[in-house]
Amino acid sequence: MLEKAFLGGRKYWSWMICLLIVMGAGLIAWLFQFRDGLGITGMSRDISWGVYIANFTFLVGVAAAAVMVVIPYYIHHYKAFGRITILAEFLGVSAVLMCLMFIIADLGNPVRAMNVLLHPTPNSILFWDMVVLNGYLFLNIFIGWNVLMAERKGSPPPGWLKPVIYLSIPWAVSIHTVTAFLYAGLPGRHFWLTAIMAARFLASAFAAGPALLIIFCLIIRKNTKFDPGEEQIRTLSGIVTYAMILNVFFFVLECFTAFYSQIPGHMHTIQYLFAGIHGHTGLVPWMWTAVFFWTVSLILLIVPAARRANDVLAVACVTVFIGCWIDKGVGLVIGGFIPNPLEHITEYQATLPEVLITLGVWATGFFVLSFLYKIAITVKEELGA
Amino acid sequence: MGVNRRKFLKIAGISTLAVAAKPATDALAFNPKEWLDEKLGGFTPSEMMLHFGHKPEGSVAGEALTATRWAMVVNVRSLDEEIAEACMEACHKIHNVPHIKNPKHEIKWLWREGYEHALPGQQHEHIDEEIKKLPFLVMCNHCYNPPCVRVCPTKATFKRKSDGIVMMDMHRCIGCRFCMAACPFGSRSFNWKDPRPHIKEEEQNPEYPTRTKGVVEKCQFCAERLAKGQIPACVEVAQKLCAEKGREPALVFGDLDDPDSEVREALRSHYSVRRKPELGTHPNVYYIV
Repeated sequence: MLEKAFLGGRKYWSWMICLLIVMGAGLIAWLFQFRDGLGITGMSRDISWGVYIANFTFLVGVAAAAVMVVIPYYIHHYKAFGRITILAEFLGVSAVLMCLMFIIADLGNPVRAMNVLLHPTPNSILFWDMVVLNGYLFLNIFIGWNVLMAERKGSPPPGWLKPVIYLSIPWAVSIHTVTAFLYAGLPGRHFWLTAIMAARFLASAFAAGPALLIIFCLIIRKNTKFDPGEEQIRTLSGIVTYAMILNVFFFVLECFTAFYSQIPGHMHTIQYLFAGIHGHTGLVPWMWTAVFFWTVSLILLIVPAARRANDVLAVACVTVFIGCWIDKGVGLVIGGFIPNPLEHITEYQATLPEVLITLGVWATGFFVLSFLYKIAITVKEELGA
Repeated sequence: MGVNRRKFLKIAGISTLAVAAKPATDALAFNPKEWLDEKLGGFTPSEMMLHFGHKPEGSVAGEALTATRWAMVVNVRSLDEEIAEACMEACHKIHNVPHIKNPKHEIKWLWREGYEHALPGQQHEHIDEEIKKLPFLVMCNHCYNPPCVRVCPTKATFKRKSDGIVMMDMHRCIGCRFCMAACPFGSRSFNWKDPRPHIKEEEQNPEYPTRTKGVVEKCQFCAERLAKGQIPACVEVAQKLCAEKGREPALVFGDLDDPDSEVREALRSHYSVRRKPELGTHPNVYYIV
């Protein structure tokens, strides 16, 4: 089946070459980082994680979103989603790959990455995150490939695959829960020390992931002979709507606890994010942009007439995606470091090489995704589906 | 530490035997790991290597300072700018801590903070002006329940079982900086770039390793000096300067488990606080204000 990825038209190849160029720029920037150290990024003693870990955290959510298609199809026998499970699973594959690349990009000593396996440490959440992410990557490649093979042969997926698919459901929840635990169990980081962190992560994941999937469905419908289906898009948009409402609701819960209790440590980061502290306002424009996007997306999603128009839905999905990216990436990860444990304020600004590396990783993810989607769509086109 | 070459070889031999004998001993419901832990004093082999490597030439067992729980008491009222600076300089010099001006990339093991930053949440607007001016020396708290150790994915940072010092294995650290996110005291520094060009050659201490880029470092309670029978460098400097100025020692170091130790005496005779006690990390550094 792999050969199908090489049988594309001009549009496909131009897209892939564009991605390769961005990947190359990212690789060159990464070689500089490898030589000179992480000092070429905007990270610091106080803000010791930046845009790499932010993107990693966000993309774990995108990866987990596959489960929102798998559950209705395999548990509730919602047949319509059978057409798009493969799209969700391959999105999971490329998102997890990006996660792993962001982790490697963030390591001070990438050549020692295997120490995590050589000295396995079960009390470290990072160890478990490695286990669940790699497991999820394997599960999605394995399931996706077998389902597609079966589809090509015109037969149902083999019976022994069912238990593996069922396993992938709690596994998807686990990658996001474990990633939330990276943050939610740290004493002294008030903004992260919240019991609903994992729930928030899942809500934003199930909003941003399916939103991206809708965008892909619309693109695929326009550019290929395979139509993911109107009903499929409608159902996905319902999922995005519920998840986005929950996501915003959970955020409001955080604000209530912080501001009604009036405990300074709980309020500090939120104040910094939305109003700035002592004249430090670096993230304020970002956060209000996120609020704007959230508001627009909620209006467009909740009003039925708006949601049902596919052009409007596309806009809603883009605003969901960007809004969640800012909230989880910029706000949650970087905001959590401000103020620092000694209540000093250091701000963070990503540097050019850092941005290039980040774009390079995204380009690699999209390259892999395009490659996999090309195979899946060609198979579906041949079947005349 | 009291691990000389001979004892090390002996323990290494015992370890090999224990591993080889595992299947047989399992059948007898004998736990070789427990037995080994007892023999090794709770060291892992890599910790053993670490201390073995740090053992100074020509020292004999028994010379090292030992304790079951090292602790420090900082008497802030005995500190002034001069003493604080001298302590910081002594520490950073003997440990080859680079001078990096950019605060974003700065490496610091021991430094001073204002009252409201050292003990956030304790401040109020009517506090004595004199206290606000005092240089609070802060460092790694060598917590009894250290979050940095809990989160480290490679055991590159670990609590030494024999005496509770929270240590770093710079050869194992992958530079993920999870420990920096976990430390509630901001005590850890990361080598954002190669630190070696930032150490003046004439000031370099050849007896202590320099670090590479990409690893985290912090105060180690002068484990390498304790092994030679010396108290931590900052404590030595502070005690000398305080004696000259006729003050109570600003830094006291000793075994918290020993009721007759200097630290226990200092804690008995003064009211003391620890940084962020509500987090349950149980710092082993105490402050007398």
